[in-house]
Amino acid sequence: MIELLKQPWPWYITGPLIGLTVPALLLLGNRSFGISATLRHICAACVPAGIPFFKYNWKAETWNLVFVIGIALGGILASTFLANPAPVEVNPALSNELARYGITNYNNLVPGDIMNWQSLLTLRGALLMIGGGFLVGFGTRYAGGCTSGHAIMGISTLQWPSLVATICFMAGGFIVANLVLPFILSL
Amino acid sequence: MLKHNIADNDFEVRSTASATTDAGTPDHKWFHFLKYLVTGVLFGIVFVKGEVVSWFRIQEMFRLQSFHMYGVIGSAIAVAMIAVWFIKKLGIKTINGQSISFTPKKFNKGQVYGGLIFGSGWALTGACPGPLFAQIGTGATVIVVVLLSAIAGTWVYGLLREKLPH
Repeated sequence: MIELLKQPWPWYITGPLIGLTVPALLLLGNRSFGISATLRHICAACVPAGIPFFKYNWKAETWNLVFVIGIALGGILASTFLANPAPVEVNPALSNELARYGITNYNNLVPGDIMNWQSLLTLRGALLMIGGGFLVGFGTRYAGGCTSGHAIMGISTLQWPSLVATICFMAGGFIVANLVLPFILSL
Repeated sequence: MLKHNIADNDFEVRSTASATTDAGTPDHKWFHFLKYLVTGVLFGIVFVKGEVVSWFRIQEMFRLQSFHMYGVIGSAIAVAMIAVWFIKKLGIKTINGQSISFTPKKFNKGQVYGGLIFGSGWALTGACPGPLFAQIGTGATVIVVVLLSAIAGTWVYGLLREKLPH
């Protein structure tokens, strides 16, 4: 059983379990699934700076912060007790493309060749990690949610603005992954 | 009026009015948060084992090289949709007997502009906000910088939002 759990889980196990998070949070406390809001709560708690957007009762959303602490703990547990001993399997077309940029390490879910403390000081690493992170934080709040809040919670409750947001998430990703990322990786 | 509309467009944060109705629920003692901690832990394990937090899987998705992420997102939406339908249809309440509420989302241009910006960041970092926390948990400590940068991005949005088209 434990050997089976250590394998990468297929989409038809992973997806439904993620989907069940929606009713779980609703039944446990009438909470809407959404993770990017935690970034806003952290701003409101730590650096409100008198900005109206950060003046609200963030303490009423403490559950959300507890939830993401749980996600990090889950990451620790999964990588400690359920670690997959084999390298991450990827499509040969992708590994051929990445090899051209010197990305050959598939031991972790995060590409160790480009995402590590040393490469943070290179232009390539800084654009990927600092630049990419900034776009994630700015974009999710501008859109009013991320993949959890819009794509899963929003679409499953039949909110058409969430469908629009999700289509734009995908469009932005397609453009950047295919047209911009190769340029950044070649830096 | 404009200000009012903008204030209402963040669907992940409850308005002050509805937050006060929360006072009647027992979610204010520390041990009531344990249920969210446990849900988060299970969710984090699924994220890692399903490789949803993998930069490589995200790249495959945006290059149409793998069905995996489409299967994950599609089946997650389907299961959530069926569950929500049952909750609404049967009028199911929370474990504390509270009514379950859904907030309708209004369209604004932020969903387009912000969506494109987030999608760009998703392709670069290979992570949405949830996976960032899970990646840090797997020992990729440098992702703390990505998370701090995402918090900075959220803060700058808060600073500029009155000037941005919505």
